[in-house]
Amino acid sequence: MQSAQLQDLVRACLEDPALTYRQRVQRLAALAENALEPPPVGEACRDAQAKGVVHDLGEGNAPYRPRYVLPDYAAALARGSAHLELPPPADLDDALAFLLAMYPNVPSITGYPVYLGDLDTLLEPYLGDLDDNAVRSRLRRFWRIVDRQLPDAFVHADLGPDDGRAVRAILAVDRELQQVVPNLTLRVDPARTPDDLLRDAVRTACADGKPHFVNHPMMVADHGPAYGVVSCYNALPRGGGAHTLVRLNLAESVRRSPGGAREYLSATLPGDVALTGELIAARIRYLVEGSRFYEHDWLVREGLVDPARFTAMFGVFGVAEAVEELLARDGVTARDGTPARYGRDQAASDVAQSLLARLAGLVAATPLPYCEVSGGRALLHAQSGIDSDVGVTAGARVPPGHEPSLYEHIRFVAPHHRWFPAGISDVFRFESTIAANPDAVVAVLRGAFGEGMRDFTFDVAGNGFTRVTGYLVRDRDVGALREAAAAHVAAIRGATTPQERAAARARHASTFLGATAITNQHLGDRVVQRPPADGRPAGGPVDD
Amino acid sequence: MTETVVRLVRSGFVAGTVPFSAVDGPGNRYVLFLQGCNWDCLVCHNPCSLPVAPPGMRPTSVADVVAGIVDAAPFLTGVTVTGGEVTLQAGFVRAVFDELAADPRTAALSRFVDSNGDAAPQVWELLAPVTDGVMLDLKALDDEMHVVLTGSSNAPVLASITDLASRGLLYEVRLLLVPGLNDGHDVLRRMARWLLAVDPAVRLRINPFRREGARACARDLLEPSPADLARYRAVLTDAGVRHLTLPV
Repeated sequence: MQSAQLQDLVRACLEDPALTYRQRVQRLAALAENALEPPPVGEACRDAQAKGVVHDLGEGNAPYRPRYVLPDYAAALARGSAHLELPPPADLDDALAFLLAMYPNVPSITGYPVYLGDLDTLLEPYLGDLDDNAVRSRLRRFWRIVDRQLPDAFVHADLGPDDGRAVRAILAVDRELQQVVPNLTLRVDPARTPDDLLRDAVRTACADGKPHFVNHPMMVADHGPAYGVVSCYNALPRGGGAHTLVRLNLAESVRRSPGGAREYLSATLPGDVALTGELIAARIRYLVEGSRFYEHDWLVREGLVDPARFTAMFGVFGVAEAVEELLARDGVTARDGTPARYGRDQAASDVAQSLLARLAGLVAATPLPYCEVSGGRALLHAQSGIDSDVGVTAGARVPPGHEPSLYEHIRFVAPHHRWFPAGISDVFRFESTIAANPDAVVAVLRGAFGEGMRDFTFDVAGNGFTRVTGYLVRDRDVGALREAAAAHVAAIRGATTPQERAAARARHASTFLGATAITNQHLGDRVVQRPPADGRPAGGPVDD
Repeated sequence: MTETVVRLVRSGFVAGTVPFSAVDGPGNRYVLFLQGCNWDCLVCHNPCSLPVAPPGMRPTSVADVVAGIVDAAPFLTGVTVTGGEVTLQAGFVRAVFDELAADPRTAALSRFVDSNGDAAPQVWELLAPVTDGVMLDLKALDDEMHVVLTGSSNAPVLASITDLASRGLLYEVRLLLVPGLNDGHDVLRRMARWLLAVDPAVRLRINPFRREGARACARDLLEPSPADLARYRAVLTDAGVRHLTLPV
């Protein structure tokens, strides 16, 4: 980058009234990092990045911290911390203060910790003889500080799979405060998680879009019991994390291939997987050997993360477009002769299965440095998209607006989930009437896990929250941004007044991303799962 | 009352099915709509389901009905049979429920009936062994008003409510309320008292009359306002109803 160009960018950042102080600091750090050359890769890999086939998700040119860090908070609470100069907490107040002191010291790609720990399990031992009101009032305070101090919807806490006072209090406080931070995951073990806890969690999701639900036994089978779900449905080893997440755009990858499915799977896909692996390896090497993160960070020194428990995430997205394009090239149609559709036709399911099996095989055959925890290979992840993606669907989702009926949707996507140990995100949208009958969702959830789903998430039409990738935005925050949309567009063209630009402000950095993503990815079009009208007899003559 | 004999039949007239419903009983339910009704309600929203055997409609076999439910079973809490009026085809319902109870893939599903309650005791005798709950409508406690609203006497309905409550099968009573017709203070209070005497833990659901989709002759009736709904809640709660559901 030319120095004059960098100066312009720095000045634009410093003078942008839409950014909070912290947002400016973070953007300045990114500008400085990106003034360096990225880790060296071959020409083919650079070309794949330029064409948008392989993408580093804007992590920055010189990785100086892992993308996702999952500290062993239980160890920190048990032993105390020399770095933080804190003894092991003795009661709930101390434990909450300990965690609040620790969180801002946890490195992350976003600048905010993406993992707050298995919060109910961590806090349960400290509840002692405090009554529920005393617990809730402390958690309420804690929840508010977390949101105000870490204003980013990728900040994520895990709950379950067992019932307890802590998890109930957390859900109650979350329902009451309606914040987007922290994001929540409930780990569900069909044998351990009682219906009543699930019902409470569903009620919470009806109120504020959280939690997300994961199939705990399936996760344990892939990761062992020490795993966490962080940021946007990223399942990773606890006490470790992910050095990096690089993603392969399968829709673009297919466009590089001249032929149909057979040719793509045997020739083009292996090449693009190798190029993705090359970028991952280069980034890991710089993080480990260049910036030497694991040699100096306090979490490593105090044994709260183990460098040997870090891996890499191999993300893919655009599965839907890739599958439909391959079907079209091979002349495969639905039974009625129309183009076969992802999410609806068996032919699309068959091609998706072959594609994902082949992909998983290739990723498993791509050795990577410093990924011992996962056998020296990356973990496959259905990457949920970013705000600027246009014309390509997140992960392996069915494109919004084209989702089939509920059971059909679940059965179409469920077979994909086993290939993605690092997480996959199919979103189901329900009518608001579901809030009056949370048991209906509990039944669907249990069925979905029985069908082999790993991750299950739903949002509720009209409850004021939208699930974007894995994070949430509050519709009213996005609305406030939209009101300033004209100013925003003008700002991009450099033709706006500081007052107009200042109107496009958001306390949560993730709201900017969410506002763009909702538009670019047509999330408003998500099909609301309601009983099909054609089955319920209505007025009018009976067909004969 | 004439002697009613209900025979099991292996096929019935099915008006439609819905594999996913959160509004037809507890949890997620497969809903089977049966064809035909013995009433002619002023406020009927579904007149096409009135004829018992409409020309051109072919009967559906028990096996076909069960096959549809088996497919959805992993996601279900249970099955609700509604109508039309279910009890007109009680022999078919019994056969379907027998099959669901016997099939290991569907045996765990709860089996519910949604009825207008105008059925002979033999009907409940037949259904009780394979039914987990019944949802009934009570349109009016006053028989004259009941005739105005439905064209029929409420005597069998009141008997059905009592009978089902004594069997522990009364899951919910629905009150379809039309302003000015059956929603007066005293009317509501008397309904609540009568129901509580039958079942002190009775669950009530208010279904406010909706003009949209109603028959032409009902379009001049009023819909309950939010203030009416608040009054229903207050009156019924005051009368001692503990389990009350109103539309959101």
